[in-house]
Amino acid sequence: MYYYLGVDIGSVSSNFVLLDSRRRLSAKVYLRTQGNPVQAIKEGFAQVCAAVPGPVKIKGVGTTGSGRHLADIMLGADVVKNEITAHAVAACSLIPEVRTIIEIGGQDSKIILMRDGIVNDFAMNTVCAAGTGSFLDQQASRLSINIEDFGVRALKSNKAVRIAGRCGVFAESDMIHKQQMGYPVEDIMMGLCEALVRNYLNNVGKGKKIEAPVVFQGGVAANIGIKEAFEKVLGTAVQIPPHHEVMGAIGAAILAEEMMASNGQLTTFNGETYINGGEFTSRSHECSGCPNLCEVVCIKRDNQAIAYWGDRCKKWETSLAARLA
Amino acid sequence: MKVSFPHMGNMFIPINALLKGIHVDVVVPPPVTARTLELGVKYSPECACLPLKINVGNFIEAMEMGADTIVMAGGWGPCRFGYYAQVEREILRDLGYCFDMVVLEAPDSKLSELLKQVKGIGENATLKEAYQAIKFAWFKLGEVEMLEKRLEYLLPRVIDQNQIEQIYEAGVRGIDKAEDRSSVRMVRLDTIKHMDSLARHQRSILKIGLIGEIYTILEPSTNCHVARCLGRIGAEVSRSIYISDWVNDHLVGGLIKPSNHRQILRSSRPYLNYHVGGHGRETVGNAVEFARSGYDGIIQIGPLTCMPEIVAQSVLGRVSETEAIPCMTIYFDEHSAPAGVYTRLEAFIDMLQRKKSLANMASG
Repeated sequence: MYYYLGVDIGSVSSNFVLLDSRRRLSAKVYLRTQGNPVQAIKEGFAQVCAAVPGPVKIKGVGTTGSGRHLADIMLGADVVKNEITAHAVAACSLIPEVRTIIEIGGQDSKIILMRDGIVNDFAMNTVCAAGTGSFLDQQASRLSINIEDFGVRALKSNKAVRIAGRCGVFAESDMIHKQQMGYPVEDIMMGLCEALVRNYLNNVGKGKKIEAPVVFQGGVAANIGIKEAFEKVLGTAVQIPPHHEVMGAIGAAILAEEMMASNGQLTTFNGETYINGGEFTSRSHECSGCPNLCEVVCIKRDNQAIAYWGDRCKKWETSLAARLA
Repeated sequence: MKVSFPHMGNMFIPINALLKGIHVDVVVPPPVTARTLELGVKYSPECACLPLKINVGNFIEAMEMGADTIVMAGGWGPCRFGYYAQVEREILRDLGYCFDMVVLEAPDSKLSELLKQVKGIGENATLKEAYQAIKFAWFKLGEVEMLEKRLEYLLPRVIDQNQIEQIYEAGVRGIDKAEDRSSVRMVRLDTIKHMDSLARHQRSILKIGLIGEIYTILEPSTNCHVARCLGRIGAEVSRSIYISDWVNDHLVGGLIKPSNHRQILRSSRPYLNYHVGGHGRETVGNAVEFARSGYDGIIQIGPLTCMPEIVAQSVLGRVSETEAIPCMTIYFDEHSAPAGVYTRLEAFIDMLQRKKSLANMASG
């Protein structure tokens, strides 16, 4: 079977999807990146291929997320896109009339305003990551609760406690304080959900007109407590797409399909043997060419450098192209 | 006496020419690097904005190279910048540096005041030499800015973007070294000719207006080189301010060349009718001007906590809606991560490109 591969390498999770030629989701894999994106890409690729019957033929590859360039180097992507575009494309193909997309991932949160099927305005968190997945993760483990059960437990609350949500660290102090005062843990959890939603709307959604239909996606959309809190504050229904946690990857796959359809060329996909048959390593060194002392990262496949990045002057980045030319 | 000054983009070229013209030993601080910022951050109050930290870094690095006199611009109004020269002097004195600081204040109305200030720095220079030095510095500045603008135009259009950046940088160095008008002009002409000769591709180009706080706009190292990044992903960037505008409007009170400053302030109405300090009002006025001259999008940049830009940002939402132009704001400080900035720029450009191609499809 022919498939389009979409890959979203984020700070917390790495997601992989295969779409068939009619844009139907054939397989999805959601992995924790765990600080080792190279391993995650290898593993995720193997898992997603194993999830569909028969041999897998890749017709196009799209990558997104903060690790999109690394994924590009390893997989040979046809499209390398930022998360905003990928998420917008995915949401739009599922719910064409969507006007607001709320996306909360591991360390990023974004708001995307859609008008007539294209991005009209967007914002991303800039100076603070309070309210994103990593923070919830941390709080869940502090309360010894599985992150998967967080939302369900929070919904058991009758009266949410007000938690100071401006800063992640102070939210934590406030939670500890409320625990010590003896508030039930469910009420504190729901209070945290509401605090995070307030934080999101004030920081990311600042000054933006949030209009229905609203779609909520990203890893944190699995948390039903946050969904409820959004609905309460916004006063409108919030839809969660069935594959909310891999929307970025779906978007990347759709973009790859569009690209292949428009340029009529063959995919630049590196092939399975390239990905699994070699050892990918990364090494960084401080370039001493000037006082900027850039941290230059080198990605190698079996001791052969395949990519450099991190240098401001592009001396290293362009050195490979010069050698190949 | 060895004189130094803070960096602000290519400002070092005219200042270098000016100080040499009045027989002063010049120490040009090393380009702003990670080390400059590290030194500045270490010795500056945390809540001060990025320009102060970079100034302090520049001064320390200059004094390590033997500078003993610092020339710094002053200012007035609600923006903190006007006070920075004083704060910087105190910080450096506390660190034990021995130096003189000359603060150039904007003269009220007379060019002769600037002349006197300049002559004051050069002890052995005559008034005539000071006058000629100012003229030559101004000439060099104009020539450098021609290169800057040509690069902004060509960067999104040429195929080999690394090469054009190298040609540009060689040209800037050449102008800095050139010692008389004709050789300056020669370097500029050669560089532009060389840049123009590069092969171009035919992709559609977006036009982006870069507005915001002047220092952040003029010194690329403070803004993760947004203008270059935008150029590399297919956007022609026009800045709302160039050094010559700043010198003209704020150091010499509009005496050197005709200024569009009033026009910009007029455009800020009815969105912002008051002076809010710094360049808040200019930011709004420039946004309106860009919107009305057919630009595809606007990016506002400034140092984190910049009060005038925060005021302007809160008004830009309405400008964006009424004038129908997308706006994005990015603030910078020592914690800014380039990867995050690039992702936002790329997403913004993507959005504009999709909008434009949709509009083109609808109309044609």
